[in-house]
Amino acid sequence: MNIIVLVKQVPDTSEVKINRETNTLIRDGVPSIINPYDRYAIEEALRLREKHGGKVTALTMGPPQAAEALKEAVSLGVDDVVLLSDRAFAGADTWATSYAISMGIRKIGQYDLIIAGKQAIDGDTAQVGPETADMLGLPFIAYIRKIEKVENNTMVVERLMDEGYDVVETALPCVITVVKEINEPRVPSLKGKMKAKSLKVAPWSAKDIAADESKLGLKGSPTQVVRIFPPAPRGQREMLSGPLEEQAAAVVKKLKEQSLI
Amino acid sequence: MDYILTEEQLMIRDLARQIAVEKIVPVRAELDEHNKFPTDVMKAIAQADLLGLYIPEQYGGLGKGSLDFYIAIEELSKACLGVSTTYAANALGTYPLLLFGTDEQKKKYLPDIASGKKYVAFGLTEANAGSDASGIQTTARLEGNEYVLNGTKQWITNGGEADVYTVIAITDKSKGPRGASAFVVDKGTPGFTFGKKENKMGIRASSTTELIFNNCRIPKDNIIAKQGMGFIVAMKTLDSSRAGVGSQGVGVAQGAIDEAIKFARGRVQFGQPVTSFQAIQHMLADMQTQTEAARALVYSVARMIDSGAKDFSRASAMAKLFATDVAMKVTTDAVQVMGGSGYMKEYPVEKMMRDAKILQIYEGTNQIQRTVIGLDMIKEASKAK
Ligand SMILES: Cc1cc2nc3c(=O)[nH]c(=O)nc-3n(C[C@H](O)[C@H](O)[C@H](O)COP(=O)(O)OP(=O)(O)OC[C@H]3O[C@@H](n4cnc5c(N)ncnc54)[C@H](O)[C@@H]3O)c2cc1C
Ligand SMILES: Cc1cc2nc3c(=O)[nH]c(=O)nc-3n(C[C@H](O)[C@H](O)[C@H](O)COP(=O)(O)OP(=O)(O)OC[C@H]3O[C@@H](n4cnc5c(N)ncnc54)[C@H](O)[C@@H]3O)c2cc1C
Repeated sequence: MNIIVLVKQVPDTSEVKINRETNTLIRDGVPSIINPYDRYAIEEALRLREKHGGKVTALTMGPPQAAEALKEAVSLGVDDVVLLSDRAFAGADTWATSYAISMGIRKIGQYDLIIAGKQAIDGDTAQVGPETADMLGLPFIAYIRKIEKVENNTMVVERLMDEGYDVVETALPCVITVVKEINEPRVPSLKGKMKAKSLKVAPWSAKDIAADESKLGLKGSPTQVVRIFPPAPRGQREMLSGPLEEQAAAVVKKLKEQSLI
Repeated sequence: MDYILTEEQLMIRDLARQIAVEKIVPVRAELDEHNKFPTDVMKAIAQADLLGLYIPEQYGGLGKGSLDFYIAIEELSKACLGVSTTYAANALGTYPLLLFGTDEQKKKYLPDIASGKKYVAFGLTEANAGSDASGIQTTARLEGNEYVLNGTKQWITNGGEADVYTVIAITDKSKGPRGASAFVVDKGTPGFTFGKKENKMGIRASSTTELIFNNCRIPKDNIIAKQGMGFIVAMKTLDSSRAGVGSQGVGVAQGAIDEAIKFARGRVQFGQPVTSFQAIQHMLADMQTQTEAARALVYSVARMIDSGAKDFSRASAMAKLFATDVAMKVTTDAVQVMGGSGYMKEYPVEKMMRDAKILQIYEGTNQIQRTVIGLDMIKEASKAK
């Protein structure tokens, strides 16, 4: 089973401070880490490889120093890495990023499954997974908390929902994003760390992945940030359980208590 | 302090530190409270290749030296001595094979030990033989192609959890110190069972049990080294691992200092952080100075061993003695610096203080270490003239 894991290098937000005047993140001098959700994606890929054999490739798009995130992936045990790095990618929104990533994946060619974290902790958009799937014409399932089984080019997974979970069957190849409930990520191995240390990562350019330059970077980014605001908080909710009659009685009681009926 | 570690040693330190922070700290209180063997933590340590550090590459390990190994022990000990005892006793049980095993024995056992597929324990102590190991009463009688073991070992670390046991037993009582031999015994061998699991003051994550041999038959080839070499195997094994107990002391002492200073900086009394009182500053200063001295001694001994020294019995005894006495003092003082909070289970220092005590007892009590050092000094002095 050949698996591609999408990873992103992000600032360690536990160390980020906010500029109170501009309300933006102060990124200077903040250490970079692998997006925490991507560590779950890497772990799941490694576990699938241990079970089914095959190869795990970690792919990232970013500046040259994003190679560090790939090296960390190697120290954890991934077999191969791809760094998409080119001036032409700079300023990309999630759409242009997903386009570059999808072209990178096309160049890799051979894959059964693509796994990403549910979102990145810097942008928090949760868009690159689904957009990449769409551009590759692949099925997409978000918020996977468990991969139940993989056989005969199909996969059965559990998708975490607000209340409970869905069991979904999909054809392979497909793209999934995973939540932290899926596993407990491992620490690197010493052999992995030594391998990572001597690894030279040769980046792929826009040309290497045969990308249409007009769809890349700032030029290829339709997103316009108009305003940033916190969403209105959801009201308090309460789930009732038990026999229907008791639930109905409880609802009536609550409505009366609040003088709504 | 900078100990001029190699890039690889720094890598080992970072890796062990990551395991400590991510895998041990979140569970240590629970392991302690419930006397629970650290199964998942040991798996993480195995996956990180740290169980194979000191095993030669040709047997599936990484072929590193004592210092590399002690650095890993120190970092794990910062977080939990119960875990690091499990880890270090695994090496203690492996040394007889490593130092005296045949190529065949090494091929059979070491790769699985390096990968963490098999855990190991070392069985010397008995009810009537603690400091005086020559008092052991477990026997091994040769019958045809088999040795038959009878007797009970007491307080064996990793007992019940380990798959491989290196055991010292009497093969010929009339020969005195030349009358014991070392054996390797697999878990599951008929006649080999485990007694009660001890309920301990500290290192409660570490399993300590009896090993009971009742007409346990093992192949003749399971003898390690020659018949009669049992105590030599045991003493060389303890020489090799003893300074590692020193690094456990350095680790737990440093762990306690880190907790104490973090707490003290935030603790306000008399309108100021307690770190502003000279009484506290001086206590912290002594704690760190003693710990740094212990670390320097342990690292020096490790480098001496790694450079191929033949006799390091005195040196490793000094490293064990000094670093573990420091550990007891520093962990006690860490509780003191934190006042009543230090005494409570909400903070880890009371556990560190309970845990530290064992370091002065096992692998030869600190009284015995002093005897080893003193006798060696006198022997040297008598040779000098
Ligand atoms: C948690 C734990 C784990 C252990 N793990 C192992 C293991 O994995 N394998 C193993 O083989 N053993 C193990 N042991 C045994 C350990 O090595 C012994 O407890 C230790 O050697 C001391 O022996 P003892 O407890 O019988 O004390 P004793 O020998 O009875 O000593 C009692 C006191 O007398 C002192 N004393 C004894 N003789 C002298 C002397 N000649 N001069 C001065 N003072 C002396 C001692 O220092 C001590 O203070 C473990 C013990 C514990 C508690
Ligand atoms: C098990 C237990 C039972 C207790 N029972 C009772 C009880 O029945 N009734 C009750 O009222 N209290 C009780 N206490 C509270 C106890 O008296 C306090 O814990 C003790 O006075 C120390 O205060 P602290 O823990 O807040 O430490 P802190 O005052 O925060 O001290 C922290 C450290 O700073 C040092 N320090 C503080 N100020 C100075 C200074 N000016 N100069 C130098 N060093 C300084 C302290 O010596 C200590 O090392 C109990 C505590 C415990 C742990």
